[in-house]
This record gives sequence, C-alpha cells and structure tokens, in this order.
Amino acid sequence: MTQAAITTTALTKRFGNFIATNAISFDVAQGEIFGFLGANGAGKTTAMRMLCGLLRPSSGEARVAGFDIYTQTEQIKQRIGYMSQKFSLYEDLTVKENIRFYGGIYGLSNSQIREKTADLLQRLSLEQEGNMLVRALPLGWKQKLAFSIAVIHDPSIVFLDEPTGGVDPITRRQFWDLIYESAAKGVTIFVTTHYMDEAEYCNRISIMVDGKIKALDTPAALKKQFGADTMNEVFLQLARAKS
Amino acid sequence: MEPIVVQNIFKQFGNVSALHDISFTVAPGELFGLIGPDGAGKSTLFRILATLLLADKGKAMVNGLDVVKDYRAIRRQVGYMPGKFSLYQDLTVEENLHFFATIFNTTIKENYDLIRDIYEQIAPFKTRPAGKLSGGMKQKLALCCALVHKPSVLFLDEPTTGVDPVSRKEFWDMLQRLKEKNIPILVSTPYMDEATLCDRVALMQNGAIMQIDTPSTIVSQFRTKIWAIKSNDMYRLIRDLRAHPEVQSCFAFGEFLHVTMTADPEEVRSSLTTGGHTGLVIQPANAGIEDVFMSLMQAQTQAV
Amino acid sequence: MKQFFEFVKKECFHIFRDRRTLIILFGMPVVLIVLFGFAITNEIRHARIAVLDYSQDALSHGLVSKITASTYFDLAENLRSEKEILPAFKKGDIRMVIVIPNGFSRDFIRERKAAIQLLTDASDPNTATTLINYANAIIGQYQQEQTHLQHLPLTIHPEVRMVYNPMLKSVFLFVPGVMTLILMLVCAMMTSITITREKELGTMEILLVSPLRPVLIIAGKVVPYVLLSFFISIIILCLGTWIFGMPVKGSILLLLSACGLFCLTALSLGILISSLTNSQQTAMMISMMGLLLPTILLSGFVYPIESMPVPLQIVSNILPAKWFIIILKDIMLKGSGLPQIALPMGILAGMTCFFLIVSLSKFKIRLS
Repeated sequence: MTQAAITTTALTKRFGNFIATNAISFDVAQGEIFGFLGANGAGKTTAMRMLCGLLRPSSGEARVAGFDIYTQTEQIKQRIGYMSQKFSLYEDLTVKENIRFYGGIYGLSNSQIREKTADLLQRLSLEQEGNMLVRALPLGWKQKLAFSIAVIHDPSIVFLDEPTGGVDPITRRQFWDLIYESAAKGVTIFVTTHYMDEAEYCNRISIMVDGKIKALDTPAALKKQFGADTMNEVFLQLARAKS
Repeated sequence: MEPIVVQNIFKQFGNVSALHDISFTVAPGELFGLIGPDGAGKSTLFRILATLLLADKGKAMVNGLDVVKDYRAIRRQVGYMPGKFSLYQDLTVEENLHFFATIFNTTIKENYDLIRDIYEQIAPFKTRPAGKLSGGMKQKLALCCALVHKPSVLFLDEPTTGVDPVSRKEFWDMLQRLKEKNIPILVSTPYMDEATLCDRVALMQNGAIMQIDTPSTIVSQFRTKIWAIKSNDMYRLIRDLRAHPEVQSCFAFGEFLHVTMTADPEEVRSSLTTGGHTGLVIQPANAGIEDVFMSLMQAQTQAV
Repeated sequence: MKQFFEFVKKECFHIFRDRRTLIILFGMPVVLIVLFGFAITNEIRHARIAVLDYSQDALSHGLVSKITASTYFDLAENLRSEKEILPAFKKGDIRMVIVIPNGFSRDFIRERKAAIQLLTDASDPNTATTLINYANAIIGQYQQEQTHLQHLPLTIHPEVRMVYNPMLKSVFLFVPGVMTLILMLVCAMMTSITITREKELGTMEILLVSPLRPVLIIAGKVVPYVLLSFFISIIILCLGTWIFGMPVKGSILLLLSACGLFCLTALSLGILISSLTNSQQTAMMISMMGLLLPTILLSGFVYPIESMPVPLQIVSNILPAKWFIIILKDIMLKGSGLPQIALPMGILAGMTCFFLIVSLSKFKIRLS
C-alpha cells in the first residue's frame, strides 16, 4: 500500500468569528493529481497555506509527506514545491539566475544545479533563452518555467495555486503535460483552478463550499452522482445549492 | 450607425507588436467578445477605444466619433471597466458608486433602472469597503460603476478573470440582460468557453485577430474531424497518440483527449489495445471554440 | 463644482481611513518638537558645572552660590588652575565652567564693572546656548541685587566662549527646519504618492475616461493635502512657541501666508513627481532622495550653508526649503516685514509657477 501524501482530519482554521475552513478531512495518495476546487472565498487558499506550513490550524490534524503540520513545518517545506499564478519567478533575473536561486534555496550543490539547469532548459526547449530576463518571456513560458523550478528539488508534493490563469489554450495543455509527467514520476500534485475542464484532468477532486468539502471523488463518479455531463455543471449545482 | 468601428489599427511597444492590423465593427445592441489569452493585445485595444492610448496607425470610431480628435465627447459616452479591479478599496460599495456617479455628473437615482438588477445583489454589503468584497462581488460593483452614468457603449476588459465559475455565470447572465437594454457591449475574456455567450467574437492571439464571426459559424466552419479518445491511463495515452505518425494533434479536453488524425480510428484502436490500453473509448467529437482557437494558433505559429 | 466637491470628499475618506499614515503625519511633528523641547529642558535641570575662582572673595562666593542655588546648575567641582578646565570637560559630565578672575570684588566696586568667563561644552550647541542664557539671566539678577545694595550702577560683563564649536547656529533653527521638513513630506511626498496610487490601482484610467478635466482631478487630489499641511504647520508653530519659546516677532499673517506659499511649492513638486512616474514606490523614492534628503542636509536645517563647500552652496539655492527657512527665520526671529523677505518670497513663487507649468504640460490625458 502506498503511503498517503497528505492526510487531514477535521482540519479547521478560524479567523475571529469567521471559520475559513471548517473541519475538512481528506487523504491524497502519493502520485495522485488532486484537484482542489471551490468558489472565491470558499477557503481553498487558507487550507493550502495550512498544508504548506505557512498558517497554523486552529484545530484538527494533518500530515504532509508524513510530517505533522503543527510541529514539523521545516521538514514539510523541504519536501514540497509551491507555485502560484501571482508570484513565482523574479522578473528581473534571467532564466538561469532564477533556476540557480531556487536550486540554491533548496540546498542543491553546484553540480546538481548545473545538471538540473541544462536538463530543464532542454526539456522546455529554452536553451536559447537561458540568459534572457524572465520579464521578456511570454506568459505561457513563464508558467512552464515556474512549474519546472517548483519541482527542481524533487519534492514529493507540489502545490499549484491557479497555475494556468490567463494562459492560452495550447500552453495550458502543455502545462498539464508537465503535470502528468511529474505525477507519472510519483510526485503528488495538489492543484486549484478555475478552469472546469482542467478539473477533469485530475485523478480526484474535492469541491469546497463555505469552508466545507461538499464533494470528493473522481470526476466521473462526481458527474454520475450529480447527474451532470460536465464538471462545470457539478460545480454550479454545488455552489448554487448554498444560496 | 455602427457604435464601434475599428479600422487597421496597429500599435507597437518598443519591439513588441501589441496590435497588428486590427479591424472589426460592432453592431448596435451587439455583445461582441474579444477572446484570447493574456498578451493577445485585448487590453491595448480597449485602451485605444477608451481614448487612453493612441494607435500608431489606423482609425477607430466610437458612436461615430474619432477616438483621437473627439476623445472628450467619447469619454462622456462610454462605460469602461479596466482589466484589473479598479475601484477604491477603502471606500464602501455605496461610496464608490456615488463617487463614480458624481464625476459623470449624474446620480445613482437617475439611472437606477439600469443598475437595479445588479445593485440589488450587492446592496446587502453596501457599507462594506470594496476591498473586502469577494471576487464576484467586486466585479458586480465595478460593472455598476461603469454603468451608473448610462453609457451608450460598454467596454469590459476581462471582467471574469480570476472569478469562480458560479460568479462568472452570474456575470454573463447580467450581460445578457443588459443586452436587452440595447447597449452595445465589447467584452474580453481568456476563457474560451465564454465565447459561446457572445453574439460575435474575435479570436485574438499575439496582437492579431485570427477569425471573426458568430461562435456557431466559427465552429461549423471548422472542417477538421475531431476524435474524442480516452483510456484508463491518460498520460500514457497522450504519449502514445503523439508518437503515432498519423496523428496531427492531441490535446487534453476534459475527460477526453481531442485528437486530429488521418489514421483510421479502428486501426488506432487496435494499435492502442495491443499497446495495453484498457477502457478505451474512441468517438467522433464536436469541435468547440477552443479546438478552433488551438488550430488557428498552430497555423499562426507556422506562418511566422 | 459638485464633481469637484465630491472628489475632495472622496480624497478625505482616503486620508482619514488610512489611520496609520494619519497618525504618522500628525504624530511626527509633535514628537519631533516635543523631543527637542524636552531634551533641552531636561538637560538644563541640574547641569553639572565647575568653578575656577581666582578671586575667592565675598562677591565671587555670592555669585557662585547664587548660580548653584538655582535648580539649573549643580556645582560639581572647584578647579584650581586653567589647566584643569579642559580635562574637566573631557571627563564629560561638566557642562559649563565659570572662571572668575582675580580681584572680582575690587573691579566690581571700583571700576563698577567686572568680567567673568563662561565656558561651555558646545559640542552640543543647543544645550550650550541654553546654559549660557540661563547663566546670563542669573548673573543679571545677581548684578541687580548688588546694584541695589551698593546704590551704584554696576555691571558684570560675562565673556562667553563656546569651546569646540565657535560657529554656533541658533537653536531656533530647528523649528523652521522641522516645519519645512514636514510640509515637504506632507505636500510633496503625500501628493505624489496619492496620485501614483490611482495610477497603480487603475482608477486613474476610469477618471481619465470620465468627463472630469485633468486640472480638476489634480486640484481635487491636492486640496485636502493643502488644508492638512496648513493645519500641521499651525500645530508646529503653536508647539514651537509654547514648548520651546520660539518667538514670533513679525506678523503672524505674513508668516501664515509664507507657509501657504511653501505648501504650494511643495505640492507643485509633488505633482511634478507624480507626472513623471507610475508607481508609488518610485514616487516615494524620488521624494525621499530628491526632496527630503536635500531638505535635511543642504537647506541650512542641520548644517549651516556658510560652512558648506561652494558648489553645495550654489546647489542649495535651487532648494525651495532653503528660501523658506530664510523666510521663517526672518519673520519669526528678526521680525522682518514683507519688503525684507520679498526676494525669497518671489523666488518661491517663481519656483511654484515653474513646477506647475511643467507638471501640467506633462500631465497626460492619455496613458502612454
């Protein structure tokens, strides 16, 4: 049996009177692509921050990569990668400098960094652009580069926060190719998105509404359960039900 | 008179061509969509039409007024919602609306009819600072602010970006209702699925328009046959199909892969089955806007 | 007009809802003034002094006990020779040395005037001056008492020597200095930041697309800051006068209108900065480096302009702050009227017009 990459039990975070995430419980298996969906303000970001060790939960339990999120955040941070749409790369550094920097943060040796850099540039066919400022790259390339850098230290789990917002349809799919590739290597992918077709690419998805997980299953099973043709319909049914 | 006329607009930023020979017209009461990813040039086009930027070449008219010469008159007539959420975060919902009404020399009451539908949805939060609203609420407030002076043309630059699917749907429902008031609307979006909600769309990529038509015509004119294929191991399926010599393109599309190929589907099925794929489904699929967009994109890249 | 009024109202909302900035804006001048004021009055209480009394007669003893009887001075030690003076200072806790020459009583009565010497440690000029002022006042009192007793017009002539810093500038310089600094900060920096904030937020796009005229947008944004900074300058003046005893010899009206003029100069600079940049951060950096630092260093606030190298003296002429400090000092300390300060006033007015014209011509009706 494979070890679970993430397990949470009744994980809760309160901000004053406001309950951002309300006793959520779920498990994510190693190597799984787990889609974490929800409306704006449903508590996705809060949950994700707790799992990354950035936010201390109010109550409940969770283990990420086998480590406790209350006491072992340092070990967790060594084993996860993180990428968000808003912040990932330094625009005023070159592609290579960014790779070097993030490799350095995670304590890769110089020879490892050199090796990784060459490998990464080759896989993204960015050999020509290695010394270009990231600012000058098209958005789609930046996102692909950001993902590759997020997994540069071979983390066992990668958290992706709306990684494909505003990206053109082809690049978006190329991005998902990268995700599939990593998952096939055994990396666990934890991803949020507003594109409902991307939800279908996930092995399993959870849908959060008002701080609670309202649905959790494979896309096919969820569509069956809600009698819907697409994930979009499932999502609308769930989110509408509250109001 | 056509409310929006754009003729051969060019715009360059340094070495980057932001807009390349853009021409289109929007008919009275039409909901016209600019569909394209970030960096396609949508915002630049909006700014030119809103008289905030000067084009390098070409001509554009709003309500028959020239965007360069008659910018003052145009500014009085248009409602503009810029790309990022641009309201005062520290002012309340009500104060924002009141402020934007006043600077356009009008009052909320005067045009309340127009915004009633939308405003009633955010009215419960009217004393809340705009910065504390959820994404969907912010967009609704921004729309109210753009509408409060009863504009005769509406420019909405990516109103649904970063907003969850529920709020996006609500927003588009609102636009459909506004259309009934006969206000022409120019709206941009990076979400391809929203194209079908427009009367006509322009598919934009790299500063150029790749195609303009009604969504249904665009889709029906798309001649390439598309196959939807899935199996139990999607990642391996993608790789196997791409390796197949007679497969032109293969992209993930929801639970299926959309594949264009010259190969016979039965031959593909048997080769995949021998490759060890289980749960194999191969069926013809209807092309969507996204399929068209991707094939146009590939044609554009090859042309360069 | 309603549009304009509404715009100003909105701007006030921004100002009053941003509590932190507001506290800094009002707190900083108060803290600066109070700090200066109290730092000095605290020093004055029980300042340790040394006495070198060559005379050792009744009158000299009387004078010393009169001085040390006050709460201002404590007698720390009696010196025996001049050689001990500098070591006494160097030990650090002696603030002033009183040297009474031989034959003090004799001179006082026969010649009807006597000299004493007050030496202070002027490495801290503010304290030094204040000490001298207090000592002078006490000596004056003593002299009057004695005159009364002796029925003779007698004078003691204290000879003052500032050790370590003979070019002592007036301590009153710092009230005008702080005022200049604060006005520069509020008017120039805040204006440039608030305008660039609208650009960053994207609201500037909507404002430009509205029928509002650019002049109205700018005016609407600066008017609240004009009022705010005027109010702050009045607070500084009041604090300076009450706590620090800063005199206002000239006309208050003239003083206030000079403040008003300087506010305008600073505002026009702020507008100019905002028309040159698109981000709050750059606006802040330019205001800090380009306006505040020169104001502190080159305007004569901290370092006297006369002691600067010639190139810097020339540079200081283009700083509005320099002229404003001159105006303030002239009005407050010398009691000058309009004719005397016409030149600096004219220069400030000229600068304001120049900045306004440049920035209005630079203000874009479009984004690029």
